[in-house]
Amino acid sequence: MRIHPILAAMTRNKFGAILIAAQMAVTLAFITNSFALIEQRIAWSARPTGLDEANVFVIRASTEAHEDLEARRTSELAALRNLSGVVDAYITNDYPLQGRGWSGSVSLSPDQKTPSAQTAHYLGDEHALHTLGVTWIAGRNFTPEEVTTVRDDALPTARVLIVSKALANTLFPKGDALGKTIYKGGGVPAQIIGIVDRLQGPNFAATGRFSTFAENSIITPHRPINQYPNFMVRVQPGHLSEVMRRAEQTLSKLDSEMILSSVSMEQARAKAYLGNRGLVTLLLSISTALLLVTGFGIVGLTSYWVSLRRQQIGIRRALGATRLNILQHFQKENLMIAATGALVGAILAVALNLWMVQRFEMVRMADGQVLGGALLLLVLGQIAVFLPARRAASILPAEAIRGG
Amino acid sequence: MFSYYADLAFRSLKRNPVLTGLMIAAIALGISACMTTLTVFRAMSADPIPGKSHQLFAPQIQNSAPTETSPGDDGFTSQLTYLDAMALMQAHAAKRQSALYLTDLALRPTDPTQKSTYEFTRAAFSEFFGMFDVPFQYGSAWSAQEDADHAAVVVLSSDINNRLFHGENSVGKSINLDKQAYRVVGVLKPWKPIPHFYDLHVLPFGESDALFIPFSHAIDMHLMMDGSMACPKPPEESWEGKLQSECTWIQFWVELPTKTDADHYRAFLNNYASEQRAAGRFTWPAHTQLRDVPQWLAYNAIIPSEVNILIMVSLGFLLVCLMNATGLMLAKIMGRAGDIGVRRALGASRRAILSQFLIETGVVGLAGGLLGLLLTVAGLLTARSLLPNEFVLLTHLDAIDTAGTVVLAILATMLAGLYPTWRAMRVQPAWQLKAAQ
Repeated sequence: MRIHPILAAMTRNKFGAILIAAQMAVTLAFITNSFALIEQRIAWSARPTGLDEANVFVIRASTEAHEDLEARRTSELAALRNLSGVVDAYITNDYPLQGRGWSGSVSLSPDQKTPSAQTAHYLGDEHALHTLGVTWIAGRNFTPEEVTTVRDDALPTARVLIVSKALANTLFPKGDALGKTIYKGGGVPAQIIGIVDRLQGPNFAATGRFSTFAENSIITPHRPINQYPNFMVRVQPGHLSEVMRRAEQTLSKLDSEMILSSVSMEQARAKAYLGNRGLVTLLLSISTALLLVTGFGIVGLTSYWVSLRRQQIGIRRALGATRLNILQHFQKENLMIAATGALVGAILAVALNLWMVQRFEMVRMADGQVLGGALLLLVLGQIAVFLPARRAASILPAEAIRGG
Repeated sequence: MFSYYADLAFRSLKRNPVLTGLMIAAIALGISACMTTLTVFRAMSADPIPGKSHQLFAPQIQNSAPTETSPGDDGFTSQLTYLDAMALMQAHAAKRQSALYLTDLALRPTDPTQKSTYEFTRAAFSEFFGMFDVPFQYGSAWSAQEDADHAAVVVLSSDINNRLFHGENSVGKSINLDKQAYRVVGVLKPWKPIPHFYDLHVLPFGESDALFIPFSHAIDMHLMMDGSMACPKPPEESWEGKLQSECTWIQFWVELPTKTDADHYRAFLNNYASEQRAAGRFTWPAHTQLRDVPQWLAYNAIIPSEVNILIMVSLGFLLVCLMNATGLMLAKIMGRAGDIGVRRALGASRRAILSQFLIETGVVGLAGGLLGLLLTVAGLLTARSLLPNEFVLLTHLDAIDTAGTVVLAILATMLAGLYPTWRAMRVQPAWQLKAAQ
């Protein structure tokens, strides 16, 4: 079948054809951008923290301003480590998926004006890495002698530190970070004594300043002593909820005034990415609705065209066109309109994406996403047009002499 | 004439229920998607303190050496050092002023059946309440004398008063925070500025302060700051060390009723920074800034980019829905070209046809708007269940939103119906009558 008769028929309904093409173009522009964002957010929410997430929980405690805070913390930690089912425990300032947390800059020399990198800053003693269950890459752990206490919210300094691989690679792209000296904050030199594969910072936002160094972290050998300790606890597999309960009881027995709330890493993850999931669900529903509306629009307009052309279709049938010919006429017509729409839509999609990248921290779209979106729209058009096209195909040749 | 056209419109819509239904559904979907996101956006960008937002200012003073950092860096942090905050308090150069910081205190109810909880506690000066028009249910703010005395007094939010005292007048009673007894001097009416403009470091759309205590007392008690602190260099490891350091962690607000006041205060701030430079504390020229509430919210860019993206997507959605409605309406109206021809032949003017179809599209718009309103409510409820707590408070509709939704739907539909109506108007009576025979 030649294209010419389809084109000729279309020119009699220019506005309708343009309308469908325009609708498809705008739909394509928005769904491809939505899909790009959805894909990025799903990937972002799925990032591992580097911890043994299934078996780690944190007890956030708040206590009175006792004189003997350090002695209390020491005995509380000892009690936790002694609990059956507990693998190890330590006190931290922050933990991954927490939200806010300490961060700062690191430099390669003390008088550097522009820092080399930003990083999250965790505090922990020699039990920290074992408790978190992070994977070692190189170097050694802190020794008990290196660990000092830090009171209140003073900014601690240290001579040695452990870094995440992401930070190590940022600072030393050649991969020779171990043993190097770096400068944190006010220019105190500290030596990198260990590298862990992955240790995410506490801030989980997918956009904003913190997202640019989400995987950078350092641990300095400190035991924070204050009124608001976060006890990190790792348990033997399968004992999480039961140990969480017993751990709270143990702490309450030592200090009945302690206010406690426990969060497993899995709970923290669910809470952290709730907003992301909400965004993904909203975008998915709007995109689906967009496709449905476009589809129904095609059904509506094509049905109208079919009803306008009943007589002509009858004549064509009378002159020997098969049902398939008629069906194909409408399918091809829609394909041509949709292809035009997809072409314009692809350009629109890229333009919209570039503009949103500039304005709203939008993610860059991949070429494949535009292509996939365009294909999806072509298929949608073919499905939507099928119903009215089949009705057109069922028009009897006798229609040619009826009405009109 | 209007009621006749309305009657015609209803008849015509009833005659083609599928097309009409599709049209109404498309408009309703588009409108509700837009209204859902716009409602959230409007709440997030609302003026938290209407009528006064241009009289309240947050001063900024550059207190760390300029560095070659990113071009967007203006040298400021959004908070002040303890030293600067105290100097500005003492200078008392504004009508009202208050240094602020957030801490957490353990609230220990005397009723043993109630659990102890940690509550957001705002350390502030007495002028905080008058400056921000904070409404009192019982009692009042503490006095300037109590600021000076570092008194252990507290103002309760209505939530806390409801929980501890079942909403009764608790002024004069005592409550325990950490180990210290505090005397209640005032109880607030429900008060929750959205966004939480005076301290944006804790979720700007989240929970608000539960308790208020004198700043001077909080400093005495070494109450730890909950928020963020920026330090050009590490402070000494003590409370006093932190107070004397260049770390910025205090929020500061001033009330300046007139433009002249604001100009004077700008000059005063600059003067202060110059004095600090003369005293050898700063090695760079005085660099200060004074922003009112709307400027402050814009400066801190508190609206998440996600919300902007959602709005873009829903506007696009509305656009598609309207194009759709245009197409369907065109199909519907042109399907009735014969009727129009008859009416024209019987003497109806083009203007009459125009009004008839404008009313018809208006009716479709109204129906779409009403259905859209229902869907918006459903959409907001869904958003409420999907989004984190700090957004939940935002997801409500008021009378303006409701009216706006319906009006927007009608206007948008009539806009969409413009071309089809124009086509209807141009129908040639003779031609159509011949075709229809």
